[in-house]
Amino acid sequence: MSKFRKKKSGGLPAINTSSLPDIVFMLLFFFMTTTTMREQELVVKVRQPKATEVKKLEKKSLVSNIYVGQPIRKYQSKYGTEGTIQLNDFFANVNDISDFIFSERESRKEEEIPLLTTSIKADVDVKMGVITDIKQELRKVQALKINYSTVETGEMEF
Amino acid sequence: MAKRDAPEVNAGSMADIAFMLLIFFLVTTTMDVDSGISRKLPPMQEDEQTEKPPPIKEKNLFEVVANANDQLLVEGNLMLPGDLRAATKEFLNNNGDGSCDYCTGSRNPSSSDNPHKAIITVQNDRGTSYNLYIQIQNELVAAINELRNDLALRDYGKPFAELSEANQKDIQKKFPQKISEAEPVNLSGS
Repeated sequence: MSKFRKKKSGGLPAINTSSLPDIVFMLLFFFMTTTTMREQELVVKVRQPKATEVKKLEKKSLVSNIYVGQPIRKYQSKYGTEGTIQLNDFFANVNDISDFIFSERESRKEEEIPLLTTSIKADVDVKMGVITDIKQELRKVQALKINYSTVETGEMEF
Repeated sequence: MAKRDAPEVNAGSMADIAFMLLIFFLVTTTMDVDSGISRKLPPMQEDEQTEKPPPIKEKNLFEVVANANDQLLVEGNLMLPGDLRAATKEFLNNNGDGSCDYCTGSRNPSSSDNPHKAIITVQNDRGTSYNLYIQIQNELVAAINELRNDLALRDYGKPFAELSEANQKDIQKKFPQKISEAEPVNLSGS
């Protein structure tokens, strides 16, 4: 008997950590499912404007992005410093937008096409001329649902 | 001799492996939700307009014009973007002809008749900054949302966001979002 008692009294028993991997795996799966790898590298600088009345874009798979901004430094010698459009992963022209929209539509199911939203992600310093051109192009190809991408803030600063 | 159990696999390092993966995903994850101001563009007019658009009284139009120097002209007066929200609310809520029983406006005869007739029009120059454009859009939407919220609080005692869908529709109908954008023009010739 004394043998057993001696064993029990020897220090604190180690905490059972065998369920630790399970917990960590749970977290791991959570992040694995929520993670979205950045699909495209930006070649334009985009600092989004702030706004208070924003709505979340619900289905990310139904959004096509148009980036507008100043080219990043290494492209500035070639493409200048004016607001430039980026489609997919490289610079584009306003005239390329219709092709871009058509290719976006082609990769979606037919019933999803009316739900497609075009998100315009433009830099605060971009002039409206570029944005207007984009909007006119989008109207031409009947891509009428658009979203001006903004950062949500509590209070507007002017 | 007693039969020996197969030795258990040491799972102690499992946690380390999982942690490593976890940290990798934590670092690479971008939780940014796409959010922004949603708009619907008007369809392109194929041919030149043959019939004239329906006449709209001057007083039912709320003109917001932005020029290339990022200055704002509202109803012919220079205005700072910070004052746009209040001015828009006053315009929409005016109730000039008295047909809007839920409006609390000042019933100024030279401003809009009622929220259904009131139309906001935005015009910008090619040189206007995107920042100002978004500010204008945001303030206009904010003004309408504030009016809707006020009405919801008065009628139902709850903020607009907490109302049932039918009630929200009802209020949206009472304060419709009528923002028109002029066909692009070049105001300054830049």
